[in-house]
Amino acid sequence: MNLFEYQGKRLYQDFSIPTPKSIFVSSISEITDNHGLTYPVVVKAQVQVGGRGKAGGIKVAKDFDELIKFSGEILGMDIKGHIVESLLLEEASDILEEYYISFTLDRSAKSYLMMLSAKGGMDIEEVAEKNPDDLIMLHISPSKGLDSETIIKSIEDAKLNESYKAELSDVISNLYKLFVEGDCDLVEVNPLAITDNGVSALDSKVSLDMNAIYRHENFKDFENEIPIPVSEQFAKEKNLNFIKLEGSVGIIGNGAGLVMSTLDVVSEHGGMAANFLDIGGGAKAETVTAALEVLESEDNVKSVLINIFGGITRCDLVANGIVEATKGKELKWPIIVRLDGTNSKEGLSILEQNTNEKITISSSMDEAAKLAVEGAI
Amino acid sequence: MSIFIDNETKVVVQGLTGEQGKFHALRNRDYGTKVVAGTRPGKGGESVEGIPIFNTVEEAVEATGANTAMTFVPPPFAKDAVLEAGYAGCDLIVCITEGIPAKDEAEMYDLLKEKTSSRLLGPNCPGLISPGKSNVGIMPHEITMEGNVGVVSRSGTLTYQAVLELTNLNIGQSTCIGIGGDPVPGTSFIDVLDAFQNDSQTEAIVMIGEIGGSAEEEAAEFIKKNVTKPVVSYIAGLTAPPGKKMGHAGAIVSGNKGTASAKIEALTDAGANVVENPTRIGQAIKDVV
Repeated sequence: MNLFEYQGKRLYQDFSIPTPKSIFVSSISEITDNHGLTYPVVVKAQVQVGGRGKAGGIKVAKDFDELIKFSGEILGMDIKGHIVESLLLEEASDILEEYYISFTLDRSAKSYLMMLSAKGGMDIEEVAEKNPDDLIMLHISPSKGLDSETIIKSIEDAKLNESYKAELSDVISNLYKLFVEGDCDLVEVNPLAITDNGVSALDSKVSLDMNAIYRHENFKDFENEIPIPVSEQFAKEKNLNFIKLEGSVGIIGNGAGLVMSTLDVVSEHGGMAANFLDIGGGAKAETVTAALEVLESEDNVKSVLINIFGGITRCDLVANGIVEATKGKELKWPIIVRLDGTNSKEGLSILEQNTNEKITISSSMDEAAKLAVEGAI
Repeated sequence: MSIFIDNETKVVVQGLTGEQGKFHALRNRDYGTKVVAGTRPGKGGESVEGIPIFNTVEEAVEATGANTAMTFVPPPFAKDAVLEAGYAGCDLIVCITEGIPAKDEAEMYDLLKEKTSSRLLGPNCPGLISPGKSNVGIMPHEITMEGNVGVVSRSGTLTYQAVLELTNLNIGQSTCIGIGGDPVPGTSFIDVLDAFQNDSQTEAIVMIGEIGGSAEEEAAEFIKKNVTKPVVSYIAGLTAPPGKKMGHAGAIVSGNKGTASAKIEALTDAGANVVENPTRIGQAIKDVV
């Protein structure tokens, strides 16, 4: 889960990574004259999209009047389809130098990767492409971690300002600590600046590994602060993996790979999926019932394809869920069901005992997709 | 021969007393898999349908000669369970558990590699089956048949789909294996391709990938250099909209990297026959064997 800048900076503060003094607001009325910040103050749109500065989402206010004016302009602004709903008001820094640093997991190497560069404040992919020597890439063993000698050597290799070596070393060590202990998929600071106040993380890009939510109380709080489309809200409450798409064939399946390939097969038959909905592994009857409820509130759905290949998921439980959701109901659209794998015989017999004229059972994925596409016309 | 598991495989189930663990362990045993032990701290001495329970894997290995662990332990305890199986000397650890934090996966992979000679399959995978010999995992064996095609996939349910397409055309499988879609899979496409290439029973290979990451591109590179057996491939997610995360930690497309077309191109270039629809896998294999 990608965090907003202000959320990432809260984590920085938790891990003693210096950031400029700031306040977070989501309306003009929250901004009063006694905010305690020293001018100039930077007004920063909180959106999860790059290039907000160029789009006018960052402005420097020299006094309270400007602060109110700029905040009013930026709140509600549409930046590449993202509406600005909140702002970070931050004391401006006198920047002497700008660096880049990030920690992430390198899947191919199966180890952590630190990237460090003295060329911060710009697009790091461009640096990597044009001046690869300016980017230090250091793999870190997940079981051994990052020691201070390695950090010092990286600072030297990256040719960062050596007068700040001790301070930079602390910040890098704490960023690594946040990456590991904080269960982050990504921690990126661009720029990590040398300012008149010392080292400071001027921006934050943090992504959390939601599999680790059970050991971090603050993950839930962060999640609640991130707006999600209304259509995805209900699915989320039901723990379903739902993504709205543009087509008319509603899709319910188990396993991301199978659902993605169902989208592909529907497309091959000339249809378009209305959504991606993965009920996950080991789904119970109520999961399937909830999945059908989610699709009911989707106007673009004209037919529904349920494509289940049981492994850890049991087809009899899936069938019970379908019956539960449809029994005695006037269905809005035809449902094509394909069940294979674990307990599919039991599942199919449950469906046969509870016939519904709008439900068709199909014996193959290909045929089921074809029927669903036809049903959506 | 088959790869990784055969008639000699003896399985200890970590989490045998849980609902999922019990259901699948018994199903595997009914299929003929030698499920010799289960573990559950504090329940040593008890048994589940005749399968003895031990407090630790080490005890189970000592008493039963188990050489393979199958793990259903919940995410918060999975790392320790996998390491325990590794330190107890299991040759193969099949971790079914879904939802393990990436940090735990990275650390566990690192430690297993450094301190043991165990092979980890998964986590978040359906396991593997060598039809007619052994089933270690959650794959529905009804759809498999013994034969000469090796199947490897990142996705669980899509593996089943591919296997069914083969069986429907009367084409049997040597081993079907799901490596899982998590960020740090213990066994990679390359590991499996290498094993299939060296396995005398396997005559052709089905490899199923999906969008996101670069595992398929790396596999393509390996195929080009090292695999002489025919490879049929399918990549899920050709029509997935870019920038959306479709469930698997692995299935993210950003920019051009990891797109279905990039992967298809790499595999085609490596000599694989890439089909655009999983239901064509069977016919494509039939054409080469």
